[in-house]
Amino acid sequence: MSEAKKFMFVYRKAPYGTIYALESLEVVLISAAFDQDVSLVFLDDGVYQLKKGQQTKGIETKNFSPAYRALEDYDVEKLYVEKEAMEMRGLTEEDFLVPVTVLSRAEMGKLMDEQDVVLSF
Amino acid sequence: MLHIINKSPLTSVTLDSCLNTATGGDIILIEDAVYAATSGNAAEARLREAMSKFKIHVLMPDLEARGLGDRLIDGVSPVDYGGFVDLASNNKTSQSWL
Repeated sequence: MSEAKKFMFVYRKAPYGTIYALESLEVVLISAAFDQDVSLVFLDDGVYQLKKGQQTKGIETKNFSPAYRALEDYDVEKLYVEKEAMEMRGLTEEDFLVPVTVLSRAEMGKLMDEQDVVLSF
Repeated sequence: MLHIINKSPLTSVTLDSCLNTATGGDIILIEDAVYAATSGNAAEARLREAMSKFKIHVLMPDLEARGLGDRLIDGVSPVDYGGFVDLASNNKTSQSWL
């Protein structure tokens, strides 16, 4: 089998307002199934995807946030959150439903440069 | 008049356009616009300033879906779908800032 490639998924959109966040989770799981080196990066409004306590009964939409907790079972453990984006939204690390690594924009840029494949959502 | 906003204040200028253009009345924040009404968001100061001109409402089911039902800024009025309908029917006109 060929060597694993470094895959980065870049999330920049809030959940529910568009279908991007939900659809991207499917793609992440496919990549993980092929034993790739997967990183998930949450920038801008994408950081809202990881907010704890999502209650979607009122909007009659599937709450897909528990899926982020399941990622660990697929060996997807590299989750990065943009520090500036988090702070502009009044959020802290304790607000997220999974453990994350908080990186500055500059560090995010470097991480992006190290990837073989970058997919944007 | 009722102004309806559905975009996040940090990814779109629709809230700013509304606040800069409209002269007063009701504003309802729905879908991703509800983030504007959460404490600590970069739009908080602008929203507070707008309260002198507008009555600001937020659609609670959308805020709860996003896990932020407990972060609503004081002075913003929480409404459910029925409340949204009342706002639409009590105002002569409405503008959706899409």
